[in-house]
Amino acid sequence: MNIVVCAKQVIDVSEIKVDPSTKKPVLQGVPLKISDIDKNAVEEAIRIKEKHGGKVTVLTVSSSDAKERVKELLAMGADEAVIVSAPENADYDVVSKLLAAAIKKIGDYDIVLGGEASIDLFSGQMGPRLAGLLGIPQITYARKVDAEKDKVVAERDVGDVVVTMESPYPVLITVTKEINEPRLPSLMQILASANKPINEWSMESLGVKELTPKMETVEVKGVSMERKNIVYQDDVDEAVEKLVDSLAKEGVLR
Amino acid sequence: MVLVYSDDEKNMLELIAKAKDVSKELDEKATAVVFDTDDESLAKKYIMHGADRVFMVKTGLNTFKGEEYTDAMEKILEETNEEVVIVGSTKNGKELASRLAAKLDTGCVIDCINLYVKDGKLTTERVVYSGNAIAVERFNSKPAVVTIPPKVFDPLPEDESRAGEVIKKEVKVDRYPSRIVDVKEMKTGEVNVEDAEIIVSCGRGFKKKEDIQLVEELAKVLRGTTGCSRPIAADLKWLSEDHWIGLSGHKVKPKLYIAVGISGQIQHIAGMRDSDVVVAINKDPEALIFKSADYGIVGDLYEVLPKLTNAVKEKMS
Ligand SMILES: Cc1cc2nc3c(=O)[nH]c(=O)nc-3n(C[C@H](O)[C@H](O)[C@H](O)COP(=O)(O)OP(=O)(O)OC[C@H]3O[C@@H](n4cnc5c(N)ncnc54)[C@H](O)[C@@H]3O)c2cc1C
Ligand SMILES: Nc1ncnc2c1ncn2[C@@H]1O[C@H](COP(=O)(O)O)[C@@H](O)[C@H]1O
Repeated sequence: MNIVVCAKQVIDVSEIKVDPSTKKPVLQGVPLKISDIDKNAVEEAIRIKEKHGGKVTVLTVSSSDAKERVKELLAMGADEAVIVSAPENADYDVVSKLLAAAIKKIGDYDIVLGGEASIDLFSGQMGPRLAGLLGIPQITYARKVDAEKDKVVAERDVGDVVVTMESPYPVLITVTKEINEPRLPSLMQILASANKPINEWSMESLGVKELTPKMETVEVKGVSMERKNIVYQDDVDEAVEKLVDSLAKEGVLR
Repeated sequence: MVLVYSDDEKNMLELIAKAKDVSKELDEKATAVVFDTDDESLAKKYIMHGADRVFMVKTGLNTFKGEEYTDAMEKILEETNEEVVIVGSTKNGKELASRLAAKLDTGCVIDCINLYVKDGKLTTERVVYSGNAIAVERFNSKPAVVTIPPKVFDPLPEDESRAGEVIKKEVKVDRYPSRIVDVKEMKTGEVNVEDAEIIVSCGRGFKKKEDIQLVEELAKVLRGTTGCSRPIAADLKWLSEDHWIGLSGHKVKPKLYIAVGISGQIQHIAGMRDSDVVVAINKDPEALIFKSADYGIVGDLYEVLPKLTNAVKEKMS
């Protein structure tokens, strides 16, 4: 079973600070990481490989250096990595076309895995977009995946209903955060992964000509949240009394 | 022309209202799409709420399937040449819109909270970086595909005198080799956190399912609704998903939001940051939730909650 996992390098959103004067988020210098749910996708891929054999390739399109972060995924158990360098203003259209071109170059694949959504943009757009470009079936929001020899059975979590889907290969699946617990690689695994191949492909080497983004970002506005931050730490009875008084004054106890 | 589709009926009415609003600026009309039903009263309802045209489309399927419905939408668009496609931001809607945008080689914005024409271009606003910012983007491609979540816009009032066309259509869609094997309804508590004025939410600070009762009691005294963090609904399944608040759950803006045993990770805050007054109860004085709260009590929820419920009861009587 050959599996390609699309994993995105993102800024760690919990580390974003807001510039107090402009109220805009400061994105420079924010640490980078692999988008949380993409690690669930890598974990799921490794589990499928452990069952059926085959190869797990992690694929990322990034405009900044992604090598260090991708190594973590190789340490988890992926066999090989492909990093495609993207232009600065790459939108979903551009990135999906680069992912599709890279997947076609990788060639022989049964499953393309991704996260239900990326932690920075949280669209859930890339998976189905990519499936559309590749012309293959898609199963989104999978919270359970059973890969059998010639078909996969997966449970889609659609909120008030759970839809069980079945598909032959190749298929694209996006997974939810609850599907598994991503493993933490041991020191041994980290060391052993040092020799695993990381391929860096350019747009040109994929035969992709210039891509013009379909979307243009006009502005990124800040959203400020002002809170009173009054915390009662003392005696519980006293704290409860003070809190209830404050809530009454706020006019919310009616 | 604006094409509108959602698999959620209420959401559909909201989208039609927005489509009318946007199409006014483009000097065009709103077309609603319904799939695989004979229920003409639905089409009439959409017309009474503003649709100029309703396509009742038969695909030969009896339920939503992303690949085939995308195909059907593509075929409708080939014929009608709409400039804007608005899809409801349900999980089905998002996968449909995204795949459709790929097929049409165009841009797509998921979860728009605003949509307007500026300088002749369709412009969108959406929340990014887990609620830390709003990205304003505009389309340089057509048709523009966007999704809009429930309750972002208000529906137009029902007007029986409105006229519109109902057009029945058979669309031959390409069949994909994947199939739906089973559809299981999840038990929902018919909770509507989005409309609640007061919400008391619980998180992983609760040790067992039965203890959630402590939150329900406080909510009851406050005449409010119970909510929860993602792990309570998604991992532990102690409450149904309609209680789930946050980035991947429901977005709420009550007058009072009380977070109990919730750490205050940014993805939770993304769902409740528009609340008027926020209260946090957590035993860890360093918990992030206090940064997003107006009032906080540092303490064990098992001690604080019963006392708070009593005190509120007394105050309100
Ligand atoms: C892409 C993505 C989307 C997500 N979407 C959402 C979402 O929509 N909604 C959401 O909620 N989360 C979401 N999350 C998860 C989020 O990051 C956090 O993991 C989650 O919110 C934590 O839930 P919690 O606060 O209940 O649990 P924890 O983080 O485990 O916090 C439990 C808290 O309880 C406190 N506590 C423990 N015992 C007691 C006690 N006896 N008395 C008082 N306090 C106590 C602890 O101090 C701690 O602060 C998402 C994550 C990702 C990656
Ligand atoms: N630049 C990228 N490189 C690789 N995979 C990506 C990239 N962007 C998005 N993805 C994949 O698409 C999923 C959904 O992302 P999004 O549509 O941004 O919510 C992610 O969880 C990844 O699996």
